[in-house]
Amino acid sequence: MFHREAGVFKTTYAADMALYPLPIAKWTMVVLAILFVVVLPLVLHEYQLSILNLIFIAIVGALGLNILVGYTGQISLGHGAFMSVGAYTAANLAVHLGLPFWLTLPAGGLMSAAIGVLVGMPSLRIKGLYLAIATLAGQLIIEWTINHVPAISGGAQASIQIDRPTLFGYVLKSQAQLYFFLLFFAVLAIVVTLNLMRSRIGRAFVAVRDQDIAAEIIGIDIYRYKLLAFAISSFYAGVCGVLYTYYFGIANYEQFQLIVSIDYLAMIIIGGLGSVLGTIFGAIFVTMLPILLRVVLESAGSLFFSDSELANVISGTRLAVFGALIIVFLIVEPEGLNRLWRNIRSYFRVWPFSY
Amino acid sequence: MTGEDLGFLLSLLMNGVSIGMMYSLIALGFVLVYKATDAINFAQGEFVMMAGLIASAILAIDGAPLIAALVATFAIMIGFGFALERVVLRPLLGRPVVAVIMATIGLAAVLRGLAPVVFGGETRPLTLPIGDDPISLGPTSLPPIQLLGIVVTIVFFAAFSWFFKKSRMGVAMRAVADNQQVAQAMGINVERYFALAWAMAGIVSAAGGIVWGSMLGVDVHLALVGLKVFPVVILGGLDSVGGALVGGLIIGIVENLVAGYIDPYVGGGTKDFVPYVLMILVLMVKPYGIFGKRRIERV
Repeated sequence: MFHREAGVFKTTYAADMALYPLPIAKWTMVVLAILFVVVLPLVLHEYQLSILNLIFIAIVGALGLNILVGYTGQISLGHGAFMSVGAYTAANLAVHLGLPFWLTLPAGGLMSAAIGVLVGMPSLRIKGLYLAIATLAGQLIIEWTINHVPAISGGAQASIQIDRPTLFGYVLKSQAQLYFFLLFFAVLAIVVTLNLMRSRIGRAFVAVRDQDIAAEIIGIDIYRYKLLAFAISSFYAGVCGVLYTYYFGIANYEQFQLIVSIDYLAMIIIGGLGSVLGTIFGAIFVTMLPILLRVVLESAGSLFFSDSELANVISGTRLAVFGALIIVFLIVEPEGLNRLWRNIRSYFRVWPFSY
Repeated sequence: MTGEDLGFLLSLLMNGVSIGMMYSLIALGFVLVYKATDAINFAQGEFVMMAGLIASAILAIDGAPLIAALVATFAIMIGFGFALERVVLRPLLGRPVVAVIMATIGLAAVLRGLAPVVFGGETRPLTLPIGDDPISLGPTSLPPIQLLGIVVTIVFFAAFSWFFKKSRMGVAMRAVADNQQVAQAMGINVERYFALAWAMAGIVSAAGGIVWGSMLGVDVHLALVGLKVFPVVILGGLDSVGGALVGGLIIGIVENLVAGYIDPYVGGGTKDFVPYVLMILVLMVKPYGIFGKRRIERV
């Protein structure tokens, strides 16, 4: 990841597909692992860890959306709703049946995958903007259903409180404990996605995205792979929703509204469509941005706005900045932060002899 | 059926027709853009919100005459349409349809985010001098604002029908919608007509914003009206002006009938649910809508 190659010397496809292009990449991974497992938890405060925790959760959800949008070329405006399906499934199972997280987590993911396939069904007949509208309808219908069916949402506030996850008898409740819990799932999601995209399935996804008719001719069952992409994507979203629920200790539909779907689209567009590293960049960027905005606006904003207005202004500015960034990246750098990162790397590949 | 039941049904139908026509008005802006430029505008509701906010802000200035507020709103929205096409949409020409969708979603986020920062978070009134007393129409009655909505919608649809059929610009625009390359070969400046389409969306949104804003009051939630546009245009066909009218009427009537007869049993809110279910069904069965142009394309 950080090493400098002297050039491109790959002679086989296997070498091109390898997770570690050079032996030194393994050492980079070791260094990163030590940094995240040992150094950061010791150095950072509770608050800084909580930001990292949110980033970890966002990475899981954004990877799921990128599999669907970036790799398979379908579009979904219903990611937030899929997250809510996972969240409420897990919350209901945990509260009513007392199941532990290692059962509710996959259950939430599977339920979300099932709903995702259902919402993805129209993709068999339509694509592009029609699919965007269909998934938008999916988002609104799921939101409405959760909000109006007390059996799912647990009554008045449409929110369910659940206990923190327990592991080997320990209740994970401090930010540091949750840090390791969430780090595990973020890393798992990253490794699974990286390997999935190197596999037959991942290559079929990319083929469907690039030229669906050609993909069909070379023997890829488009319908199957489109639905599979929806299923995998929603599984990630469901798991992401379950993680949110355990992290905050409450499942609340307000955390999964249309606006969240747009946040996640922003992540993968800003980070880079069809790239795992880009997804991670995007998740970091989109999670950090409102925090930075808040710091800036809270110190400078009181000059222009009263305290009561400030909360409105902060959330409004956040949304506007996201929207503007989506537009700017689409126009200026459609491949996102990932492309910028690669540009920097390829510049340094031959530095200082750039001729 | 007793007389009371019939009266209830009639008032639901009447209400549905008027609300449906007002949906059609907003859907018209959406259809104009899609027809001419093949771009889908996810920010249509935000356009409407923006127009409502501008109109109410100008009216809030002491002594501002109504006509000045209306003219200024239309002028600003037209300018906004042109600017938007130039800054956001034109660089995206020739890019995948998903890019344009995302860009308008981004635009929607910008407008929705800026609204409370610029205009404050509270709901603003937008009072037109037409009174509040319901006007009775035979056995039923309607608030004056809904009648105004019907009139404005009819005027706009008539004007645009004339524009597309008779005027030189309208014919050129139809040519652009039909085939961009051939239109260009015939000497039509395609980019100018793209800009014109967005400006027309601005005009329609200005009218929609003023009518809807004075009915509901103006705040960020006014943009939610835009979500109802999707069932309307999917039902009518994305590229059909007449379809927008028919789709709007169907959605308006269906949602009012459902709200009137089913809401009491399920505890309300079906208005925000049924149109989308209807839309999903249409997408499954007849994705190009009632009047939409069928595009032969394997998916």
